[in-house]
Amino acid sequence: MRPQWALTAAERQLLPAGRRRGPTRGLIAIMMFVMVIVAAAGLAIGNAAALLSQATEARYSIQLPGGAGQGDALARAARDLDGVRSARAVPEEEVNETLDRWLGPAAREADLPVPALVEVEFDDNADAKAIETALRSEFADAMLVANRSTIQPLLRSLRALGWVAASLVILVGVAAGAAVVLAARAALAANRDTIDVMHGVGATDEQVVRLFQYRIALDSLVGGALGAGLAALVLLLVSASGLAIAGRMAGQALLFPVDLLMLALLPLGGALLATLVARRAVLVSLRALP
Amino acid sequence: MGTAGVIVSFESVGLRYGTGAEILRDLDFKLVAGGLYFLTGPSGAGKTSLLKLLYLAQRPTRGRISLFGQPLDEVDRNALPGLRRRIGIVYQDFRLIDHLSAFDNVALPLRIAGHAEDDIETATNEMLGWVGLSDRAGARPPTLSGGEQQRVAIARAVIGRPDLLVADEPTGNVDAEMARRLMHLFGALNRLGTTVVIATHDIGLIGETPGATLIRLEKGGIVDPTGGLAHPPVRRGENA
Repeated sequence: MRPQWALTAAERQLLPAGRRRGPTRGLIAIMMFVMVIVAAAGLAIGNAAALLSQATEARYSIQLPGGAGQGDALARAARDLDGVRSARAVPEEEVNETLDRWLGPAAREADLPVPALVEVEFDDNADAKAIETALRSEFADAMLVANRSTIQPLLRSLRALGWVAASLVILVGVAAGAAVVLAARAALAANRDTIDVMHGVGATDEQVVRLFQYRIALDSLVGGALGAGLAALVLLLVSASGLAIAGRMAGQALLFPVDLLMLALLPLGGALLATLVARRAVLVSLRALP
Repeated sequence: MGTAGVIVSFESVGLRYGTGAEILRDLDFKLVAGGLYFLTGPSGAGKTSLLKLLYLAQRPTRGRISLFGQPLDEVDRNALPGLRRRIGIVYQDFRLIDHLSAFDNVALPLRIAGHAEDDIETATNEMLGWVGLSDRAGARPPTLSGGEQQRVAIARAVIGRPDLLVADEPTGNVDAEMARRLMHLFGALNRLGTTVVIATHDIGLIGETPGATLIRLEKGGIVDPTGGLAHPPVRRGENA
């Protein structure tokens, strides 16, 4: 038995084929292209933020103000504490290079109190407060700084960017919906004579709606596939350059299989949404007829 | 006149488009099942508007219309297609779908009603034969002459064996011989029980159709200038 939404060959002929090639497909292709690119960027940013947050979760720095030359002793003391997985004294040269970058070459000539710096990684569930207290029994001025708190502003910015991307995807979706409504109404107006004849011979609104629903679904699927395909190509090119670098920096890919699946489903979801929106728009217009 | 056998009933019906003057006013009449009616009147009298009310392309702005025993103001929108399938329409401007063949235009009512494709093919070919267009089945309306288009429109209107056939100037674009053939077709349908309402200026056509009832419209109202017709209209033979 034929499903209710399916059209027979004779029904498909009721709307002229020539009018199917309107701007709708191109418009949907452009919007789907933008949606996929923005969604991919948003997902990558979100994943980068999560990876950064995860990577810095157990990482801390121990600073000992004015403790130049005591770095190795500080690292050894840290390593002996419960809950510390690893500790590495940052070589003095590295600290000086960092200061050079921030303060310029004059920093070496100024008699700055260079701190001893140790990078530590804690075990899971380690008690940072207890470790700091234990460390201070040996180095009274030692300070434990969570790397997470250092990059917190960056994480906040990344998350905000992720939300901006999500909002853009929704906005483009709404704009696409509005474009579909206009396209459906235009198609309805262009085929008004056919609709009047169909109504005259006893067609139900549902029978008329199915014609437009089929046409919009086809346009959305083709346009969506075109836009998403082009976006995939662009993403591949970008991932071969910039995104790959970002991925290497984060230690792994920034788009996971589940993200790629979501991106692949966007055109299908878009087509479904466009079809439902068009269906609703056509039904509302038809109900205004006698 | 009682309500037995009444297929259409107009009670104080008026129609206006937008905020303009009334196109039709105070229409009170009944059409009986199996009747053959001619609707006449000068151009602009409201014939086409009255037909639009009959084939449900317009709703009256006042008054009440009952069709097939159902008051239209009480009929749900979803029930309208069922009523429309019982009405055949021949539009004055034919309203054929240009991108469909003559065959597909004629077959449209059956397809809309969900008939099997085999039945549709048989019935459509038979109907095209009736109107003398068997050899033009695959032609599209723009390639047909005015008369051929009119015959396709008539075939489309009658293929579903409607209970009510409404025709607006159905013989306006055909020669005298074809007009007689079409009237013969309408007469045959009428004898099979279809109520036929034909709007026409063709007095000769009316004269050649005995037993028909005349409804004359002037300035949006039903008039009887000869005094020979009762109001509401009745069969002409009854007043002769």
